[in-house]
Amino acid sequence: MALSGGDTAWLLVSSAMVMLMTPGLAFFYGGMVRRKNVLSTMMMSFVLLGAVGILWVLFGYSLGFGPDLGGVIGKLDFIGLSGVGQEPSDVYAGTVPHLGFMVFQGMFAIITVALWTGAVVDRIKFSSFLLLAVLWFTVVYCPVAHWVWGDGGWLNGKALDFAGGAVVHINAGMSAMALAILLGPRKGFREKVPMEPHNVPMVLLGAGLLWFGWFGFNAGSALAADGVAFSAFVATNLSAAAATVTWVAIDWWRHRPSALGAATGAVAGLVAITPAAGFVDPLAAIPIGAAVSAICYYLMSRRVKWGVDESLDVWAVHGMGGVWGGLATGIFATASVGGVDGLLWGGFSQFGWQVVSVLAVGAFAFLATLALGKLVDTTVGLRVTDDEEVVGLDISQHGERAYGGISL
Amino acid sequence: MKKIEATIRRERLEAVKEALEQIGILGMTVTEVSGRGRQSGITLQWRVGQYKVDLLPKVKIEMVVLEEEVGRTVNTIVVNARTGERGDGKIFVLPVDNAIRVRTGESGHNAI
Repeated sequence: MALSGGDTAWLLVSSAMVMLMTPGLAFFYGGMVRRKNVLSTMMMSFVLLGAVGILWVLFGYSLGFGPDLGGVIGKLDFIGLSGVGQEPSDVYAGTVPHLGFMVFQGMFAIITVALWTGAVVDRIKFSSFLLLAVLWFTVVYCPVAHWVWGDGGWLNGKALDFAGGAVVHINAGMSAMALAILLGPRKGFREKVPMEPHNVPMVLLGAGLLWFGWFGFNAGSALAADGVAFSAFVATNLSAAAATVTWVAIDWWRHRPSALGAATGAVAGLVAITPAAGFVDPLAAIPIGAAVSAICYYLMSRRVKWGVDESLDVWAVHGMGGVWGGLATGIFATASVGGVDGLLWGGFSQFGWQVVSVLAVGAFAFLATLALGKLVDTTVGLRVTDDEEVVGLDISQHGERAYGGISL
Repeated sequence: MKKIEATIRRERLEAVKEALEQIGILGMTVTEVSGRGRQSGITLQWRVGQYKVDLLPKVKIEMVVLEEEVGRTVNTIVVNARTGERGDGKIFVLPVDNAIRVRTGESGHNAI
């Protein structure tokens, strides 16, 4: 296929938009923690722009998208970008430079690792976090990306995942739950010490940046500047809108319509439409988005009841929102948009594959992350000392504070 | 000379300030503080459900007045800060040894 200027331009922009989601996520998470841990929380996302940004080109892209090895991982042919240049790839995104596809995928890898940091805030040792992040990226992210998107991956061409409902969200969400269980609750969590979000405007800013970047994430995943891209764009916006309105409505019915709830609903809606964006009619995004808020709200309240300190609800919003999105793709997909019919149009086997991919990715992420976390915990220790936790991770891990000085 | 420390509701600050101005008490220092008394706290919202905050935001007014002004001052604060609900706050009156005006170096009564 020939290089397309339009497709290439859109992928350049999309890649930059997905990059912006990681600092957006840092704000989203940073606003929700106490002020003594805001830098530590934001740093865990921000530093990955560095660490994963390098590892992706050194070997990650090859493990994810290199020539297939047994359906589970890519071979090392693309290591250090060998053979990845200005010409389009033979198998991926044939109208844009291979480098463009590579860097677009790299931005997904960065934010996926950043997503599960919401489960470990306020108590993880920064050095151990870095080690765990590198291991997780290599052992969990790259293989799962290969299963679903890599040429020859065992789920590729069978299960539908337009922009990463399974690869990104179920993957990060189930890993978050594993780490929360392993790490245990924050000091004071059991005693119901209030852990007030210290800056809700930051949460709204973060949610806004995520919403913006998500257009690159989903519409960019069309890998072309075409009708499918716009269909995905409209579906993305509609799902976020429906989920926001629904969360606010539930919140209002239960207590008050909180800003934190609106931001949470928006993100849940964006998660749910991620696997479906280029496969469903844009209008189907309304039920998909409305349902995800009800599902996530309910599961979040269960999580609280269980007494699990999965602190910023990565499992409920991304994990379970992603599961709903994956299943919803199998329900609402229509051949007129993405060439595949879901349950509503008799696509029973497609729905079956959605169930398989949700279960396979969810189970692998949970178990592999549990094992990696245990490994890091028994060797160098995952958790800070009690004193360091009480003082806050900003000072104990980074030697700085977010809001220093007197206000002069 | 006495120091008056009044911890009151934030929403009553303006009324108290104006009333004190009308009886000629101008100088004061106001800080935002957290605390608790008999008011049992308030509930705020998390993403799902609510949580309780038992240290509530209040404002603390500090001022030093002449002995003979203490009664009027305290009375003015009480009348204007009161809502009748729990959480209206408390006033403490403390002895003060001396006061010095930084600009002129005057001390004692002249510095108030």
